[in-house]
Amino acid sequence: MNRRIFMKRLAAASAFSAAASMFPGIIFAEEQNSNVPDGPISWKKSPCRFCGVGCGLLIGLANGKAVAVKGDPKSPVNKGLCCVKGYHSVMSLYGEDRLTKPLVRKNGRMVETSMEEALDLVADKMKETIAKYGKDSVSLYGSGQWTIPDGYVASKLMKGGIGTNNLEANARLCMASAVTGFISSFGMDEPMGCYDDIDHANVFVLWGNNMAEMHPVLFSRILDNRLKRGNVKVIDLATRTTRTSVAADRSILFKPQGDLAIANAICYEIIQNGWVNRKFVESHCTFKQGKSNIGYGLEDKFKFKDEAKNISFEEFKHFLNDYKPENVEDLTGVSAKDIKYLASLFGDPNKKVMSLWCMGANQHTRGTWINNLIYNIHLLTGKISEPGNGPFSLTGQPSACGTVREVGTLTHKLPHGVVANEKDRKMAAEIWQVPVENIPAKPSYHTVEMFRALDRGDIRFMWIQVTNPLVTMPKLNRYKAATEKEDRFIVVSDVYPTPTTEIADVILPSAMWIEREGMYGNSERRTQHFEQMLEPPGEAMSDTWQLIEVGRRLGYEKLFPWSQETHIEEIWKEYTRFHKGKKHGMASYEVLKDQPGVQWPFVDGKETKWRFNGKYDPACKDGGFDFYGKPEGKAWIWVRPYEAPPESPDNDFPFWLNTGRVLEHWHTGSMTRRVPVLHRAVPHSYVELNPDDATKLNIRTGDKVKLVSRRGEIVLPASVNQRAQPTRGQVFVPFFDEALLINQLTLDAFCPISKQPDYKKCAVRVEKV
Amino acid sequence: MPIKSYIAFPAKGQRSVLSKELNKLPWCEAIPAENKDVLVLVTDTKDQKEEDLFQEKLNKIKSLDHLTLVSGFNDPGF
Repeated sequence: MNRRIFMKRLAAASAFSAAASMFPGIIFAEEQNSNVPDGPISWKKSPCRFCGVGCGLLIGLANGKAVAVKGDPKSPVNKGLCCVKGYHSVMSLYGEDRLTKPLVRKNGRMVETSMEEALDLVADKMKETIAKYGKDSVSLYGSGQWTIPDGYVASKLMKGGIGTNNLEANARLCMASAVTGFISSFGMDEPMGCYDDIDHANVFVLWGNNMAEMHPVLFSRILDNRLKRGNVKVIDLATRTTRTSVAADRSILFKPQGDLAIANAICYEIIQNGWVNRKFVESHCTFKQGKSNIGYGLEDKFKFKDEAKNISFEEFKHFLNDYKPENVEDLTGVSAKDIKYLASLFGDPNKKVMSLWCMGANQHTRGTWINNLIYNIHLLTGKISEPGNGPFSLTGQPSACGTVREVGTLTHKLPHGVVANEKDRKMAAEIWQVPVENIPAKPSYHTVEMFRALDRGDIRFMWIQVTNPLVTMPKLNRYKAATEKEDRFIVVSDVYPTPTTEIADVILPSAMWIEREGMYGNSERRTQHFEQMLEPPGEAMSDTWQLIEVGRRLGYEKLFPWSQETHIEEIWKEYTRFHKGKKHGMASYEVLKDQPGVQWPFVDGKETKWRFNGKYDPACKDGGFDFYGKPEGKAWIWVRPYEAPPESPDNDFPFWLNTGRVLEHWHTGSMTRRVPVLHRAVPHSYVELNPDDATKLNIRTGDKVKLVSRRGEIVLPASVNQRAQPTRGQVFVPFFDEALLINQLTLDAFCPISKQPDYKKCAVRVEKV
Repeated sequence: MPIKSYIAFPAKGQRSVLSKELNKLPWCEAIPAENKDVLVLVTDTKDQKEEDLFQEKLNKIKSLDHLTLVSGFNDPGF
């Protein structure tokens, strides 16, 4: 077989897999559907570079280049399937404007320099800033796209070395509410179940989650189950009609923020109809009430601390009296009939139910609350921690779980536990071999507050790695201006020029994905290793090694004693000391290299697929359910009321603005917009309008539309009746396009518990240009 | 030029016709699904001129409703 024929077979294989994701059960003639045979290309395993699903890929390598991709049939995540981004992922390595040389700002212009000089400058500037303004004037802002070793070294440098908690990651913008939801309900982070739940559940309730575009491989697994098993229903509960709604058995549209009342109304119905699993609740749950009227974090230095008060089941039941389905119809926009239908699905003892959600629930000024409320429903009915029954919080980035949540690259976290806990600080100090006094006990700035601190001048130095905050920060104009103020020094490590590199004083070119060795951790607690397959271009260097080089220049050689050849293995061995034991044991480096991903807790050579259930989880006492994250072994069912968002449409700004992603582009598009096929598919952003609103405003697809909020304005083309349709009075804009920065309009309000901003709700005006 | 693959959606009831029409074009290999009204189309054009000609011919095929591009592989060795 010559090379050209081989490539054609590969292209056909990609299309067969894509067709299978669109039409589960589709059959092509067997000889044509056979796997691409081994040819002049060698294949190596890696998790996908893009979303949090963590599909296993096989990367085709030839002549020192990555030339092809296919789904790894051995991966239990995707079983050989990929989405359109996955298939094209390797093309994102080869954009024409790849950063290959360090650049330093001199007299207002970026000029090339050597990596040695650039790293010297970064270290000198950090030292100088610390000497002038103190150690809390320097900060590091990373990402859920950091590999696990990147995040671990970042934490060790900032918290163990420099001695500041000024470490954050962009997962604060996407997963923080999921974390606080887990911690407040169960005392431990990350889902109890796994993707295998999809193969057992009868009902899938998607809470504001456009899975068909955001998690397409998992959505195709749901549709495949529906086709094969027949007794499967998909309910799309959303504020906008999307491809997911069209594929679902039932689409239920609700008003923004109405999800809080819907969840409480479902609980009301479950109790009124006697569908509570009393035995489960009495044995494994306890009831708590938190604070109410908790604010929105709109002001600088906003503080909030929740308090849990014990309450009885009767008090919980009494609280729900305000949420009789008929009473919340206006608030939610959902009929009592539909709420009762939803409750009946959860209440049916013969149905296994999965709830799935992602940004709709998490990017929410009551994000922690809506996470708690979904857990309430599953706990009341006992539908949790067993195959097919489970609440499942999906992630958006390839290692939001593995790096940010497990390594703990957030201001309040450590690789095990939190900085506020003396025992956790002692553990870190012992493993890192630093005095425990080095690690501050008080968290400093969460992400929004970190950028506010930069604006105020409390922070003077910021190093940004693998993320693009000058596209993603809400209320962007304030934070862009902050980076441009005098006496601020910004270092950016990235692979392509972005709006964030534009404001940098130093740009460090990074080795991308399979140009270095690393690990990612996906949504289902699966850690996946990838080896270095390619040489990085020019002087590009991995983020891990950049941090080590600067750490050594700052005088912390003892913290980073590893060689360049073996540092990833040595970091993994040191890091996993934080997680020893049955509750979070991690697989060894050797096992990770061998397997297409391994789930933790990994105990005695076995993965734990369902936590907190003694049938599957060796950490449980007595073989039954044991929510061991909480001291009494019981999960917490919370009283969490409906509270209005901080900004709603009014006469001046009569539309809701909702923002998000599209299938073809990943996050800010800095990689996917360099892939010609993906770029051509969606070359620019747009504003989606409801057809009735568009008619009233005399707007048609392609017309220029100005959106105006209290914070900024933007002109972009309209989209009517195309990919998706918002409800009346709402517009939707994707955020991938750096030329059309929708976050100039969004509001920096956040959930007071998780500190995660709400990108789904603010008020705008729509004007035809 | 890259090799590309598409999912091709025929006009109603035109799957077999579309398969024949596409296979007549020298740059195309069309593979119909056995049980759904879609085809996988793999194309291989030599240069931009040939690609433009192919697109022109493609646009004239009435049995084709629309195409979804799945992949494009650059072959540096070609």
